[in-house]
Amino acid sequence: MWLAYLVAAGIHCALLINVVAVGALIFIWLERKVSARIQDRLGPTRVGGRFGWLQTLADGIKLITKEDLMPEGADGMLFRMAPYVSFCAAFAAYIALPFSNGWVAQNLDVAVFFILAVMGLEVFGVILAGYASNSKWSLFGAMREAAQVVSYEVPMGLCVVVPVLLAGTMNLNTIGELQRGWFTNWYVLHDPFTFITFIVYFTCATASVNRAPFDLAEAESELVAGFHTEYSGIRWSYFFMAEYGSMFTVSALAAILFFGGWNGPIPVTDMLASALTASGSTLATHPVFVYLANFVGMLNLLFKGTFGVIFMMWLRWTLPRLRIDQVMEMCLKYCLPISCFTLIGVTFWQVTFPGGLIPMPRESIGEKIYDIRAVSDAQWNAEHKPVPKKEVKIEPKAEPKPAKPLMEARRDEPAQNTPIAGTSPTDAPVTALVRVPEGD
Amino acid sequence: MAEINWHTFFFMMFALITCASAVAVVFTVNVVRMAVYLIASLLGASGLFFLAGADFVGAMQLMIYVGGTLVLLIFGVMLTAQGPFVSMKTKGGEWIISAVAGAALLAVLLSVAVSVPDWQGPTEASANGTGATGPARTATPIGMALLGARVDRPNAPGYLLPFEIVSVHLLVVMIGAAYLARTKKRVSSPSLAE
Repeated sequence: MWLAYLVAAGIHCALLINVVAVGALIFIWLERKVSARIQDRLGPTRVGGRFGWLQTLADGIKLITKEDLMPEGADGMLFRMAPYVSFCAAFAAYIALPFSNGWVAQNLDVAVFFILAVMGLEVFGVILAGYASNSKWSLFGAMREAAQVVSYEVPMGLCVVVPVLLAGTMNLNTIGELQRGWFTNWYVLHDPFTFITFIVYFTCATASVNRAPFDLAEAESELVAGFHTEYSGIRWSYFFMAEYGSMFTVSALAAILFFGGWNGPIPVTDMLASALTASGSTLATHPVFVYLANFVGMLNLLFKGTFGVIFMMWLRWTLPRLRIDQVMEMCLKYCLPISCFTLIGVTFWQVTFPGGLIPMPRESIGEKIYDIRAVSDAQWNAEHKPVPKKEVKIEPKAEPKPAKPLMEARRDEPAQNTPIAGTSPTDAPVTALVRVPEGD
Repeated sequence: MAEINWHTFFFMMFALITCASAVAVVFTVNVVRMAVYLIASLLGASGLFFLAGADFVGAMQLMIYVGGTLVLLIFGVMLTAQGPFVSMKTKGGEWIISAVAGAALLAVLLSVAVSVPDWQGPTEASANGTGATGPARTATPIGMALLGARVDRPNAPGYLLPFEIVSVHLLVVMIGAAYLARTKKRVSSPSLAE
């Protein structure tokens, strides 16, 4: 029994580590190819066949066999520890990142918040590396990094709040499922404010993972190589695995929050499932079909995340690096006010057009969301709570616009919200805000 | 093979990380390493929060204390840790004062913890290992309480006023930061041009 527990945990960890490591392998190769093409070069062409796609592996072997140097006067323990701190933080964010509907290592209720919090820890690796190297270039890089990351966390958090506001939940799995259906359901197309929010989010995300034009911490033209000047060999490569890992995390987070996550622009699997159901077949509920649909969803998410990473590469090889004062100005004078403005704008938009600008008939899709939530909640309760929970009532097509987010988000906790509904008349406005179903 | 109680195992692990790093903070003389051990201690505490099912509080601990406060702390330490400030030796008198303060705090916390009836003795759930494992759903009750509606105790007052005060405070801080970061207008003409 305890062995099974360890094996299960080990498989999860191994899968996620593979995602990070293989992702870094591919992205580093991609970065070389993209940068080469942008600069009218060929990039790697020899290792591993036609496109040089094994170049990163060859580099990895070279890095492992290199000498592991430590500068004189460095703080040994911190110097050795720093790359692992960076990598662990980048890796830990994957724990709460869903890759498809329900395909997540730990379906946290505060997944968005958790990912932001853990990504903020990555800066420690950089700061410690900069301090422990006993080199002024490294220290300058670390100082810039600390100032930059701490400031960009604020507008990034405000941008992330917008989809959370629309969905009414911080659970990434639910946020992704609420955008099921055609691409018009994606939050980036929800209203003009979310579109602006996405742009600001991506700017802040680029800054927070230290990519050009915000890569002040490793500005080659001024600081030799910034915080990793003194690193060599495999320790050096850990910083890059962390960087590419967190690049994918912020891109996948953008995909889930704004671009429908694992739902493609055209709901092919949903249409197939409804066509099968209409023809009287029960194939649509077959586990293999569900698995395949989820797998297609995962490919969707990986594609969107990779596209985000390629977009960052495009930015890096196109735009010149900013100065540190321009970076701070960008954050405090542009990103922060714009994100505050869009947050208020989205709130007003939700109040003015609660069903969206063009109300779409989304009954079938909406009903499906209810189903999924109910099942997952029941399972969750069966696993973790000894007390059986009340059955979640599924209202069949009673409302024309079931994709109204506030209601669905609260629907998963009728048992906890019930005391408010029946307390006192003074609580009435709050009850109206929460929209507790009276039937409970 | 005997069944391992994973809840207890992880509790021990996180508690050990928290306490050992806290002790290390006290006994290290290097300022930067003190800050690093403090990070480990706070990380262990957030692990304990996650283990207890308080995922929101755990993430908050990571966000505010580890990701926010300690980054600034290390930032400050790095800038000032030159020469004589790198290693700090604690003097005899400071040991006594800090021991008295720590013992007083421990006594208060212990007496309060013992007086809570729910925490006396193992409950059924914790005894057979089916206690709070896995992610709980604490974000909604906390959010409701901040908006003035307590879910756990319906008639108790919420925290709407403190929440609003803190929000306005944060807004003031952000505007102040933007004000300080603005481009300064040059009052006098640059002397180089003359």
